[in-house]
Amino acid sequence: MRRVVVTGVGVLAATGKEPEPFITNLIEGRSGVRRIEQFDPSALSVQIAAEIPDYRGTDYFAAKRLDLIDRFTEFGLVAAKQAVESSGLQVSDEGRPRFGVMMGAGMGGAQTYEQGYCSLFAKRATRVHPFTIPKSMHNAATSQICMEYGAQGPSLATSTACSSSGHAIGEAFRHIKYNFADVMLAGGSESPVTFGIMRFWESLRVLATGNGDPRHACRPFSADREGLVMGEGAAVLVLEELERAKRRGARIFGEVVGYGLSSDAGHITQPSVEGPTRAIRMAMDEAQLNPEDIDYINAHGTGTRLNDVTETQVVKKVFGERARKVAISSTKSMHGHVMGATAAVEMAATVLAIDRGVVPPTANYTTPDPECDLDYVPNQARELRIRAALSNSFAFGGLNAVLLVRKFE
Amino acid sequence: MDVSQKVIEIIAREQHLDPGVVKIDSTFEQLGIDSLDGVNILFALEEEFKIDIPDAVAQNMKSVQQVVDSLTRVLEGKDISDLVALAKGEAQPAAN
Repeated sequence: MRRVVVTGVGVLAATGKEPEPFITNLIEGRSGVRRIEQFDPSALSVQIAAEIPDYRGTDYFAAKRLDLIDRFTEFGLVAAKQAVESSGLQVSDEGRPRFGVMMGAGMGGAQTYEQGYCSLFAKRATRVHPFTIPKSMHNAATSQICMEYGAQGPSLATSTACSSSGHAIGEAFRHIKYNFADVMLAGGSESPVTFGIMRFWESLRVLATGNGDPRHACRPFSADREGLVMGEGAAVLVLEELERAKRRGARIFGEVVGYGLSSDAGHITQPSVEGPTRAIRMAMDEAQLNPEDIDYINAHGTGTRLNDVTETQVVKKVFGERARKVAISSTKSMHGHVMGATAAVEMAATVLAIDRGVVPPTANYTTPDPECDLDYVPNQARELRIRAALSNSFAFGGLNAVLLVRKFE
Repeated sequence: MDVSQKVIEIIAREQHLDPGVVKIDSTFEQLGIDSLDGVNILFALEEEFKIDIPDAVAQNMKSVQQVVDSLTRVLEGKDISDLVALAKGEAQPAAN
């Protein structure tokens, strides 16, 4: 059986614009949530988000390129560049048909849509910018990354809300494992911090307000939780067939050994216990690992009551006695909920945690919740030799994606 | 207003080129303007001159001179049926 390893990581998040500062900040429990700076949020009830600090597209792209890409595609390209360059990946012309890109996005070019609709409906414009479609389409990030690196193999864009990039990485893993590809760039990117999108989420009453104290706004698994905090960013992994990676002497961050996916088929926003349970079991069965083999779970951990309680029940159901011994943390407490990119950002955190031998904490944990009584690694990182870890994503719409990654030996 | 000067200015701006590079006799091909760039330039011209450029006319714009000629006729409200007829004979989609 072909094995699949992670040989490159790229991350652009509120907690760091490259993998090293990103994981260091997570380990130190530093939140990237702040008052929104991309636009004046005064008219919103929720005025905070985990934005990329000091991000300027012009720092990364020529003006001509920027004309044709939405912010979510910019993020994807930046993360892909980091991943490719850090991995030292070279793909020959003959290798291109077996080199693909799979990226998730939940909202895609939301900002571009918003600008288009604003000029149409509010400013009553009679014409709109002709790049609106090529910029905003959900596959724009995937396609731009394919063009950038000449990836001509199996490529697609996934859109399954908060699980989007989990599915993208999982499908990319399978494409290599089952011999349809040798190298994949997989992850997700999202730029959902727009006035309209913030308003839409606000109306669902799931966002933490935290306006007075943004850094402590997101408190997953803590009894005083307030809800989720919107985030933006991207993460891309280089996934590579093991023998190919070995031949070129690539640095190996970890081995992807399992992928599980399922549908709740229950409620459009309320999570179930059974759906996520089946996804985790599918990933563990594929990897032939037992609960005793798993040392860390990077939780979906949104910081909504429904998620936190349900996810706790899921872990108990799958892990039994082991549930109280496994380290669980929600890094969303710091990098926010990056929507379609969040699974990739969290998978990057998980891979880097394995690589460093440190579990990042759940930040802002203050008060135990009787219904969430597991080890959420509150506030302090923990040194731990992580043999294997799960990265959970349980999306709105009930579509779940679970990735299982093992320390490479 | 000098239409040709304005056209050169807009093409240079939209393509992020030095205005000196764009000459009246430059073809779109020489300037590296592909079909998508062309659509963008049309949009910019329409915005600048507050006009609508019919698709049939747009399809004949493959050089700076052609843009200036067609634009001048549209601006002067002249009959453009010959351009429409020409386009019908060799109709090509503006994008793709």
